[in-house]
Amino acid sequence: MSERITLDGNEAVARVAYALNEVIAIYPITPASSMGEWSDQWAAQGRPNLFGAVPSVVEMQSEAGAAGALHGALQNGALATTFTASQGLLLMIPNMYKIAGELTPLVIHVSARTIATHALSIFGDHSDVMAVRATGFAMLAANSVQEVHDFALISQAVSLTSRVPFVHFFDGFRTSHEIATLDTLSPETLSALIDLDAIHAHRRRALTPENPVLRGSAQNPDVFFQAQEAVNPYYQALPGLVQQAFDRFAELTGRHYHLFDYIGSEQARRVLVLMGSGAETGEETVREWVEDGEPVGLIKVRLYRPFSAQDLIAALPETTEAIAVLDRCKEPGADGEPLYKDVLTALAQHQAGTAPKFSQMPKVIGGRYGLSSKEFTPAMVKAVFDELNAEQPKNGFTIGIADDVSGSSLNFDASYRSRAALSAFNALFYGLGSDGTVSANKNAIKIIGNLTDKYAQGYFVYDSKKSGAMTVSHLRFGDAPIRSSYLIGEGDAQFIACHQPSFLERHALLDKAAPGAVFLLNSQEPEGEVWHSLPRATQQAIIDKNIRLYVLDAYAIAQRLGLGRLINTVMQAGFFALSDVLPKEQALTAIKQAVQKSYAKAGQRIVEANIAAIDAAVAALKEIPVPDKADNDFDLTPPVPDSAPEFIRNITGEIMAGRGDTLPVSAFAADGTFPTGTAQWDKRNLALDIPVWETDLCTQCGKCVFVCPHSVIRSKLFKPEAMADAPPTFKHTPVKSKAFTGLEISYQVAPEDCTGCTLCVDVCPIRDRENPERKALNMRPQAPLREQERANWDFFLKLPEPDRHLLHANKIPEAMHFQPLFEFPSACVGCGETPYIRLASQLFGERMVVANATGCSSIYGGNLPTTPWSKNAEGRGPAWSNSLFEDNAEFGLGFRVAINQQRLFAEHLLEQLQDDIGRETVAAIIDAPQTDEAEIFEQRQRVAALKQRLEGRNDAVSRQLLEVIDTLIKRSVWIIGGDGWGYDIGFGGLDHVLASGLDVNILLLDTEVYSNTGGQTSKATPRGAIAKFSAAGKATPKKDLARLAMDYEQVYVAQVAFGAKDAHTLRAFLEAESYPGVSLIIAYSPCIAHGVDLSRNLKQQNLAVRSGHWPLLRFDPRRVSQGHNPMQLDSAKPSIPFRDFALTEARFNMLARTHPQASEKFMQQCQQEVEARYRHYHLLAEDLKERES
Amino acid sequence: MSAVDLTTRYLGLDLTSPLIAAASPLSRSLDNARQLEDAGAGALVMYSLFEEELTHQENATARFMIDQGIGFGEADSFLPFHDSAFQHGLEQYLDQVRTLKQALTIPVIASLNGVSLDGWIEHGRLLCEAGADALELNVYHLASDLDESGEAVERRYLELLTALKAEVTVPVAMKLSPYFSSPGHFIRRLAEAKADGVVLFNRFYQPDIDLDHQQVVSQLSRSRPDEIRLALRWLALLYRKTPLTLAGVGGVHSGADALKLLLAGADAVQLCSALLVQGPEYLATVKQQLVEQLALFDSDCLADVIGRFSQRQCHSPEVFERANYIHLIDSYNPAAGVHL
Repeated sequence: MSERITLDGNEAVARVAYALNEVIAIYPITPASSMGEWSDQWAAQGRPNLFGAVPSVVEMQSEAGAAGALHGALQNGALATTFTASQGLLLMIPNMYKIAGELTPLVIHVSARTIATHALSIFGDHSDVMAVRATGFAMLAANSVQEVHDFALISQAVSLTSRVPFVHFFDGFRTSHEIATLDTLSPETLSALIDLDAIHAHRRRALTPENPVLRGSAQNPDVFFQAQEAVNPYYQALPGLVQQAFDRFAELTGRHYHLFDYIGSEQARRVLVLMGSGAETGEETVREWVEDGEPVGLIKVRLYRPFSAQDLIAALPETTEAIAVLDRCKEPGADGEPLYKDVLTALAQHQAGTAPKFSQMPKVIGGRYGLSSKEFTPAMVKAVFDELNAEQPKNGFTIGIADDVSGSSLNFDASYRSRAALSAFNALFYGLGSDGTVSANKNAIKIIGNLTDKYAQGYFVYDSKKSGAMTVSHLRFGDAPIRSSYLIGEGDAQFIACHQPSFLERHALLDKAAPGAVFLLNSQEPEGEVWHSLPRATQQAIIDKNIRLYVLDAYAIAQRLGLGRLINTVMQAGFFALSDVLPKEQALTAIKQAVQKSYAKAGQRIVEANIAAIDAAVAALKEIPVPDKADNDFDLTPPVPDSAPEFIRNITGEIMAGRGDTLPVSAFAADGTFPTGTAQWDKRNLALDIPVWETDLCTQCGKCVFVCPHSVIRSKLFKPEAMADAPPTFKHTPVKSKAFTGLEISYQVAPEDCTGCTLCVDVCPIRDRENPERKALNMRPQAPLREQERANWDFFLKLPEPDRHLLHANKIPEAMHFQPLFEFPSACVGCGETPYIRLASQLFGERMVVANATGCSSIYGGNLPTTPWSKNAEGRGPAWSNSLFEDNAEFGLGFRVAINQQRLFAEHLLEQLQDDIGRETVAAIIDAPQTDEAEIFEQRQRVAALKQRLEGRNDAVSRQLLEVIDTLIKRSVWIIGGDGWGYDIGFGGLDHVLASGLDVNILLLDTEVYSNTGGQTSKATPRGAIAKFSAAGKATPKKDLARLAMDYEQVYVAQVAFGAKDAHTLRAFLEAESYPGVSLIIAYSPCIAHGVDLSRNLKQQNLAVRSGHWPLLRFDPRRVSQGHNPMQLDSAKPSIPFRDFALTEARFNMLARTHPQASEKFMQQCQQEVEARYRHYHLLAEDLKERES
Repeated sequence: MSAVDLTTRYLGLDLTSPLIAAASPLSRSLDNARQLEDAGAGALVMYSLFEEELTHQENATARFMIDQGIGFGEADSFLPFHDSAFQHGLEQYLDQVRTLKQALTIPVIASLNGVSLDGWIEHGRLLCEAGADALELNVYHLASDLDESGEAVERRYLELLTALKAEVTVPVAMKLSPYFSSPGHFIRRLAEAKADGVVLFNRFYQPDIDLDHQQVVSQLSRSRPDEIRLALRWLALLYRKTPLTLAGVGGVHSGADALKLLLAGADAVQLCSALLVQGPEYLATVKQQLVEQLALFDSDCLADVIGRFSQRQCHSPEVFERANYIHLIDSYNPAAGVHL
């Protein structure tokens, strides 16, 4: 039986793909990951597929690996599938040619995503699928959540009967992540459409020694060509087979599809052609225009490959005069994008034929829209139709942006609305990432979708920050199917909720409010003060739009009921109580039932607390009277201060303010280059409490600076006279170290950048003996300190940085005076990775180049609007780039080769100039040892002096030398990435670089899962931990990468955990960087994916080391020549049971809730393994010592 | 071996052997439990159901499994949450009670630790419903609050016991810590409150200072054989002075250890560390050793030797009440009947 439910697009696909397959090869990539996650979860639960078997779900090391595994599974007769997107699909291309060339039934489900070019983007467009259109795969485009469910079946059915493999694609995020109401396909429908004979035929083609054949031969010029043409009949038959399947499907479900679906007037003169979710918006608009008598139409392309020109022509009305073809991709240098050219070719060929349908060849123009999920709205549809009215409509246009460089863009009237958009009930919710707003809204959609006949749609917009992120939930409810595949626009929302009062300061939350809308605010202000807490512009918007203002102190209710800062249930109750989407009593009963279901596994106590929160919320709701006039003298805070540099004000600030859509093409460098040092302008004020330094207690150990994940606590040395202009509350004290007698020291916190993670207080070793509660650092409320500490921070920054070469980098208190050139990353609060990166930036930042693998570190490091990578007062700092996920080691190796090459060239040029500039000068530069800060400083001076001499000279040698002269100063190449990169997808490259002997430093931030994509299993995941794709606990042990690297014997290897032994980490970084070959630092990085609050970051590291899970070690090949053992085991014998570490983390302890026996077995195995590993390392160290003696 | 009668009665339950597998993770596994039974365990005490742990699990489940979102576009969760497979810790425990009851013929004693009175009572009731043959209350409480008197601590235990006994029909044993000013008096009061037995004594995590890492650590170390002496003294002192049945625990690593506690007055002895180290099948070895040791007493019936070295029955009853140096002074006293 079909049922009507609410799902997101990915689950809608996965349900069908899982039911119809036996082998599912997966690899995580946004926005496709959740399809694999669902499959893994269902398999772990033992859910059978349509044929009664539980599919095998196998995670591979990359999409290339997944494609290889698929190919093998298919060749051996299995029904197999995969899910992917973007770069993942590109990695499958070589196998796709093979799979298609061998006429193998397969469906790859693709949540289409932008391919990284000048920048990475996780969002949706068709650049990935268009890149595989030549592989021989059929391509079927689904436009909505219902359609992805339907087409997952149809593509599989036809692939089996036609033998042609399919790419079934739909728009990443817009469709993959949209939650919508759909009618499910029953098992009977699946069975009815799947041809068992075709499956049997597939099985009979499998490789088997019972009936051996050879497939995959190598062919020569004599036959290859002909043999490849042999597939033609299969492709010729395919459109007919797809239409047959569509027709059969319509008989079964009542939902009709065609190869090209035409919507609109029979007499249409202007027609749009497009595919994907934009076609839904197009249809919504066209239907209304046709109702209004406009002769317009729309072609929704379903089957893009093979492209059936005759079916396209047949679908177009004879009256067609002008066609606009919209492509959701860009092909730089082409004279049009792919769909446009296909349509144009089809029309031209048809019109040149014997019986042209059209009285004259329609005008055909092509344009680009919606790249990287750029909005595509009815206003844009209108603009394209309007353009078709022009005598000479613009070809190669863009819609949705302002192209002031090439003039490609069409203007559009942003205020234009479709009636459908306004007829739905539109609700917007502004939430804080971790406050549960999104999950509450997903629940709300399900409640309404499941309890009423209404159609529901939910779409969620996130910023790219992992801490303090703002989420905006766009919910629509309507009586008809909702085709509005775009965000709720300005003035359209009948309900707006602000779940986080601090958003009021910076965001114009009511821009999208409709007249008479309800505004629900979570506020801790007393009832009488709420109005006065609103910025003037917000007050004015409430008055002008006649908005009803309601308030709820959700934090107080949540706190009182033991729900912490999770206000999802409270605010959801507020929404249902105030909106008329459902009768209030019915709504409240429904949320209570939903809460019961959601929290049942957490126990009755928590269920009851949430149910109490619903009643408390309804009781606490208050309407605030709205005065006639706005009376506040403060207004919205600008995103950045006026003192910010121009680029920051005009570009970065606009993106921060959520106005990036309005920036024109000219705002951006054509090659994707951005300035660094920009995170300092994004003052996010996330912390409720910040650390306050007690000068009397502090021993100036520097540990607080060392552990800070956000580089917000700093230390500096300075002369007492520098205090002349100090703000009155600026704290400083004489330095305790005798080496710096006479100087003052300060530990200062950036109050608006601190996230309140408490790690600095946690690590602080000093307590007041009289009052042990008081440490040398203590958390205190931020709000009363904000102004004062802002002034102190600004003053602190202006103090000169100490001379680097006077500080001992190997002593933590002194090393921590080095300026971090990685600051305020938007990583999770208490992130386990960032302290390592900050440390590297402190020690080597001003001569550092960074190759950063895609992952968490590339997102908090390089996702707009700002970057934490920054510069010192001289303008020097790390230069950073991200290539791909899979190639980062090779990318970084390229850095080193290029630098070495240019250095050699510079030396060559120098030698040519030696008669001119002096043999001694040349020798001093070329032979400079540069082994420490002082020597590097001296080299910098020499190079600067030489530059000065060469400036203005016109000879070729001098001019060439000036371009490469900086490479004479020692550069530190850093290759940074996570375990998903280093252990899995990039391991081949990493291995090659390890073997290269080149002077690169690899920092592997080991969170033991793919953190950025949501905690999928990597080969670094420990045995017994649950992770996505290991829902039943990972059954195999963690790969020992340190041991593998040590086997090369020429690689410096360190395994570190700063929370367990900070001095060891510092020493390892210094040794690694100074080693003139490959260095690999494997850094233990606690992560929220471990299921532990990161305020315990340091404790977890400590437990990991003490349990033997994470032995600390260094392997320094230089020691051999000094007569020492290269291997040093730096942590003691395991002193606590593995269990005592593991069971403090949900990734381990939750397995006992689902698989208690396996959990127990894994714990015992892990205990044996940590002991064996310790013995092995210990023996390795001891053996070599004996050998020495 | 079969000729020797090892039967005993503990908590009103007839046991085929006085060797009880104490509360430990072994009871999490049905295979281990079966091995214990096959090896000759007289009863099985399950791992403890900690109310505090359940509360912690509930919070962790809500925080890390149900409400995972951080509002990041690429990841709306981090840990896979199998709604259907996921069991609440209490449910899981009750299931294990049922499973063990179905699979074993020896009594299954559920072990319980609560925080709130309501928690104790509710969980105790559910454990009985699930089929537990008896409850062992793991009533550890470290009286670190300087405002709390010993009397108050004892009162709390008694209130708990009284309330629980009113609710459940199965026998209840109290597993006590050795830290009572007057253990004998307290045990008498427990008897008045209708306890059915006491287990002497509970062992706790003990703090230590890790000099290498300069931090305080706390862990449960495994028992050593010489630790039986603590229980031995009190079993001997209590034998036949309380209507409660007695179990000794802590340091039983061999048949000889077990026999000593039985001789002192225990109706049963519990083994934990030895089984964790040597495996459940080791219980058979202990049993064999016990039989062999019994032979030294010319006995083929355990009941004959229980309490033979208790304070009431042994030749030197005073030895159980003395501390070291007193023992030396006392040796100067003349024998009774000698006129100085």
